[in-house]
Formats: sequence, C-alpha cells, structure tokens
Amino acid sequence: MNPSSPITEADLHAWVDGHLAAERAREVEAYLAARPDEAQRVASWRTQKQELRALFDPVQDEPMPARLLRAARPRTPWYLQRVAAGIAIALVGGALGWGLRGGLQDRASQLAQQVPAAGMVQASGSAFAQRAAIAHAVYSPDPRRPVEVDAAHEDQLVAWLSKRMGAPMKPPHLQPLGYALEGGRLLPGGKGPVAQFMYRDDAGGKLTLYVSDEVVDSGTSAAGGAASNKDTAFRFVQEGAVNVFYWIDGPFGYALSAEADRAELARVSAEVYRQLAGTPR
Amino acid sequence: MQGHDEQSLLTRLPRLRRYARALAGNRDDADDLVQDTLERAWTKSALWGGVADMRAWLFSIMHNLHVDGLRRPRVATVDLDDDTPEIPVAAAQGERLAVLDLQAALDQLPVEQKEIILLVALEDMAYADIAKTLGIPIGTVMSRLSRGRERLRALMEGRIEPVRLKVVRMKAER
Repeated sequence: MNPSSPITEADLHAWVDGHLAAERAREVEAYLAARPDEAQRVASWRTQKQELRALFDPVQDEPMPARLLRAARPRTPWYLQRVAAGIAIALVGGALGWGLRGGLQDRASQLAQQVPAAGMVQASGSAFAQRAAIAHAVYSPDPRRPVEVDAAHEDQLVAWLSKRMGAPMKPPHLQPLGYALEGGRLLPGGKGPVAQFMYRDDAGGKLTLYVSDEVVDSGTSAAGGAASNKDTAFRFVQEGAVNVFYWIDGPFGYALSAEADRAELARVSAEVYRQLAGTPR
Repeated sequence: MQGHDEQSLLTRLPRLRRYARALAGNRDDADDLVQDTLERAWTKSALWGGVADMRAWLFSIMHNLHVDGLRRPRVATVDLDDDTPEIPVAAAQGERLAVLDLQAALDQLPVEQKEIILLVALEDMAYADIAKTLGIPIGTVMSRLSRGRERLRALMEGRIEPVRLKVVRMKAER
C-alpha cells in the first residue's frame, strides 16, 4: 500500500479488526493521535466488538441440545439404525457381540440361521421376505430399466423415497464389497409404498434391499421394550433361486435379496456391521 | 471421509450456535436456524469435496436460511403508529444494563449490517471471506460494516431513535 495514501474509513475498520499491515497500522495510529474525535469513534467500535464477544461467547459453553448434536451427525441411514437396534439386542444375548469383537464374518452367517420363535411376527416376516424375493426376481433381470431413479441421481432418489416412505431412506454404500448402487424404485405394497434399492456386482449379479413398513401392520404392534426388540433378530430364507437375509425392527422390515449364497449375504451384513462400528456416536 | 466431515460439523457447532444466537436474538429461533443449517449442509454433503472454506460455506447456508426466514414472517405485523405508547423497557443494573442495551441496539440494525458486524466481531472473519460468505462485493461489506458500526454506536449513545416497533395483531382479536 502506498504509505502516503490518505487514511480511509476502511483503514480505520481494518485497524480495529487487526487486518492492517504493521506499517499502515502505525500510520492509522498517527492519524488518530491527531484527531481525538475520530479516535473516540474508532474506540467505540472496538468496545462494540468486545461487548459483542462478552455477550455471545458464553453461548458456546451452554450445554448443546441433543437435537443439534443429532443434526451435526450424518443422518444415520435407516438400515444402520435398524442394525444398531439389532446389535444392541444381540450384544445382550452375547451372540453377535462375539462376532463383532472377533471380526468373524461367519458369526454373521450363523446368526442368519438363527430362527427365533416369533409367532405372528415370524409369519408376517417370512411373507415380507417372500415379497422382497419376488420383487428382486421381477426387477433385477431387467437390463434396461432395473431402477426408476439411478445412482447418478442419488440425492433425488434419497429425497423421493424418504418422502414417500416417511422416513430417511439412504442407501448403504456397499462399494467396498463390490456392489455398486444402481438406484432404486418405489413399489406398491399391500397398503402403501415399498422402497427397493438395487446394487450390481462386477459380474452383473444383483443385490436388492427391500424396505417396507407393512410388516408390522400384519404382525406386531409397537409394544416397546423387549417385546418389540424380538423383531430385530436376523433371519434367512430361500425363495426359489433367491436367497433373502432379512430383519424387522420398529416400523420397518428390511430384506437383502440376491441369487448369491447365504455366506455372501452374510458377508454383506458383516460389512454393514463394520460400517456401523465405524460410525461415531 | 465422512467421519472427518462429521467431526468438522461437530466442532463448528458451538460457533454456529453463538453466531445464530446473536443473529436471531433468542435461543429457540437461533437453535432452529442452526439445525436447519446442519440439515441443509448434510443434504448438500456431496458438495463438500469442492468446498474450500467450510466455515464460509456453513455461514453462507445460515445466512440464506436466515434471510429466507425473515422474508416470511410467521404472523402478520403492522407498524405502530405515533399514538401507540412506547413499550416500557425493564430497568436493569450495572453491567447487565450495558449488555441489554447492546442486545437491544443490535436488534435495531438492519440484518445486512448486523450479519457483517457479527461475522467480524464473533468470527474474526476477514472482509474478503465475509464478501464470499454473503455473496456481495467487498466494497459493500466495508460500507455496511461502517454504517452498521456507526448506527450501533448512535443507538447505544441514545443519539438516534430506535426503529419504530412493530405490533402483532392477531386476527381473532376483537
């Protein structure tokens, strides 16, 4: 800056805010020393700054409301929320806890074989899995239009399905396992919409994730506590060529379907667990 | 990395909240504003990779949301006329009086001046970054800063009348 240039209003502000180079700052100081009125005006700006800090800095130390902490975290994808609940229950039982600690994927596969006694839930759950398998069988072979909204428009897909399903619907990212998201679609269920996400592996094999809130309608009510926790057990069924790994929790049922074998589906589940373990809480 | 970005939002939370409180004037509106800002940031998280200055980006989101919010008041307001009695201001004492005065004076500033004063005072944000955050030329930042500080000073020294208050009339009334 030209040292002989006149002191401007902007210089005075920059001086208060500490944005001036040392030399220019000295010129401003000399200018103000000769002008008490100006000096007073500038001093009042500085006081304003200090008082604003004094007034609002304490906000930073206030306890953070839970809703803001939640909002600062990534929206936990719905499938992780469900699995989180499932894992919490499994940990109590000591089953999945072992698998997590040891990182043993075959534990997940064993878990998949556990068939809980669940009566109506079981019945409606398997019906749900069957619908998922059928949806998989219907849509996955279609090479031209496997999805309604493709993965290139994932934001739109998420917004659309979340809106229609009335809950956040974010597809898990299974790329590390070799499954690329192709997209998703909305399907008619018995009473309302059902969401389906489709993934594709390198060999063209399809994996679908089917989400419905109708499982509860036909089975359990929101009983809360241990009663509804039972719904989180993981189950495995075979529907023709399609294998389905599914679980039910809260209002939603989730089903992973593929023509891959049970171990492969378990592997995908293990990846979901791994992602969950890596999610800071 | 998702984890990194999440951490980044969490660590910025107290400062976003501080700024929002100063901007909105009360806790509930301020926290709503912070929450909306975070949610908007997450819906745009695909863009984070291209965001050079996360702070400026977040404050920019907050600015837009705040200004949008101001454009649609929740209830209809009408200006008080000259016959309307002044709203009495409760007396406070000592230190607290000055503090309340500052808050009251701040609330009298046009939002475009208030934002700049607050970004400078609370965030120590460089003028160029403020220009970027608010999407205005730096010359505008300087002129608004100058007018805002002078107005704040005049308000606190009692040299200018506060902007006429607005009264809310509910339709059901009378």
